[in-house]
Amino acid sequence: MADVTREGTAGQEISDVFRGSTPRPDSPKDEGTGKGIEAKSIPAFVAGEALADLADSDPRIVVLTADLAHANRTVDFAARHPDRFFNVGVAEQNMVSIAAGMASTGLVPYAATFAAYLALLACEQLRTDCAYTAMPVRLLAHHSGMSLGYYGTSHHALEDIAITRAIADLTVVCAADANQLRAILQRSLDWPGAMYVRLGRGRDPEVYSEVPDDFQIGRAVRLREGADLTIIATGSEVRACLDAADSLAAQGIHARVVDMHTVDPLDREEILAAADETGAVLTVEEHNVSGGLGSAVAETLAEAGVGVVFRRHGVPGEHVVLGPPAALYNRYRLDAAGVQSVARDLIGLEGKRHDV
Amino acid sequence: MKHPPRGTPERGELIERLRDRAKFVRLETVRLTRIAGAGHYTSTFSAAELLAALYYAELRYRPDEPGWPDRDRFVLSKGHAAIGLYPLLADVGFFERTLLDDYTRLDSSFGDHPDMRKIAGIDFSSGSLGHGLSVSVGIALGARVQDRSFRVYCMMGDGELAEGQIWEAAMAASQFQLGSLVGIVDRNHLSIDGNTESLMSIEPLAERFASFGWKVYAVDGHDLDAILDVFNTLETATVGPPQLVIADTVKGRGVRRMEGDIQWHVGNLVGADYDDVIAEIESGLQPLVAGGADG
Repeated sequence: MADVTREGTAGQEISDVFRGSTPRPDSPKDEGTGKGIEAKSIPAFVAGEALADLADSDPRIVVLTADLAHANRTVDFAARHPDRFFNVGVAEQNMVSIAAGMASTGLVPYAATFAAYLALLACEQLRTDCAYTAMPVRLLAHHSGMSLGYYGTSHHALEDIAITRAIADLTVVCAADANQLRAILQRSLDWPGAMYVRLGRGRDPEVYSEVPDDFQIGRAVRLREGADLTIIATGSEVRACLDAADSLAAQGIHARVVDMHTVDPLDREEILAAADETGAVLTVEEHNVSGGLGSAVAETLAEAGVGVVFRRHGVPGEHVVLGPPAALYNRYRLDAAGVQSVARDLIGLEGKRHDV
Repeated sequence: MKHPPRGTPERGELIERLRDRAKFVRLETVRLTRIAGAGHYTSTFSAAELLAALYYAELRYRPDEPGWPDRDRFVLSKGHAAIGLYPLLADVGFFERTLLDDYTRLDSSFGDHPDMRKIAGIDFSSGSLGHGLSVSVGIALGARVQDRSFRVYCMMGDGELAEGQIWEAAMAASQFQLGSLVGIVDRNHLSIDGNTESLMSIEPLAERFASFGWKVYAVDGHDLDAILDVFNTLETATVGPPQLVIADTVKGRGVRRMEGDIQWHVGNLVGADYDDVIAEIESGLQPLVAGGADG
């Protein structure tokens, strides 16, 4: 991974969070170009614009945020539908409960703020006012994982998948890129009950070259075929896993790559097919290894009585060290090179007991 | 003026009816508590007149059409008083009163806190204190976005005002000028562990809400005439300051042994005590014993 962000542009990158308009400079696509942010066209946060499009023909849509309208580009929605946009200030718990009240009158609210404050600070409002009541509230939880880099643990959300998938009647979906987010938003309009939509930084490198028309909540997407192992990834790690699979392919190792965008309800069939057909499963997520996608997959395999070479890859049980996002992905082996090396380790253990 | 003025025969009849229905709330609370084995008598008794005035005079609703989009909404933020609300909902026709005979039993729809997915007439589930005012802000915004004229009434306990989210909601209601939002504080002075003023003071309550931009009214929460007068006084403009009615009440009002006594926040009457309390409630509200009510 190029280290362009470590000194020169890291501050720029983080400060851009609050303007929400500048492409991230550390995309794998920029690697080696030496041209930084101008090298590629990388989409900005699309939720505001996409919801504004949908709201043109759907009067139920309202959007809320908590003093982050520029960071998450809900300001793009506000510009086109000012009467249906509500900024509640720095009051995330209030925002979630307000959204629930709005939903009870027939609206479909989308409430956007940092994942750390939706899933952790407002967890109880999410459970009690949105999930328990089956209100069609959609939580747009952006800057999940450790994508806020050196802002540190207070701003990271490395527990949110574990928290949200433990809540009954709450659908949990992780968007891999802007085009998939567009599809998720489209499908969310008439999806029953509450939904937690886990988002990255809004400048996530492209996985889907166009909006996937066949996207279905709860149905995983097989992005690469391969017989040597399966990498099951979600959200921000899907791109890195595809790139890792490309590197592995060049070495003669053929990895199947599955985009498990929906963590709850989980696509069990795709998981069991991976175990049966490739014999090794690696889960990859920008989340603590405890309780997240890897745990969900492990539960599925164990309860099915499937013995398979298996590893959960994510952030180990620690509060991550300080650093710019790209440096953190590198440190925790969550960039393409890191995933590739973890996959190679796993393959090396194939056919042996994994006693580590 | 929504309700008949004082001194008219219509007003006299209405007050008589409300008094009887407040009594009904207390009697049913005692009956249902016995089914459950324990219940929130006193938090319900303090709200009995308010609940009766809301459901038999103030709120617009259609029992045969619980989802009527233009109905007024009632959010019982102090959800533990649901035991007093269920009998009213049954009485006005949302469901059969016999359904309450299984109150709190396995698979019953009716628990200590109300569930909107299971009970017709419950506009929003509650139980976790401090949420209801935010939910009510959302409901009022929902009315505005959809150009509907209904009001939302939110009844809060005074103890729950220690929840920070209440004040987030108070700010938002004022910021958005939600004139159709009416907060009601059942100011019974006691939370579980004692008097609110010695535990975690909420005074000066009227000044606090006023400083947040609310229009504030004070009323004796057991005086039905005064309650109707306040309801008549509420502003009807949907865009304007949110409105708060601080109802001064006595926790446990109507049963002397419980009035102002924190021991009865959750309790269960058995044997002769049960019959004594039923008889006492049947006889109607008696003057308060001096010093009996805390605060």
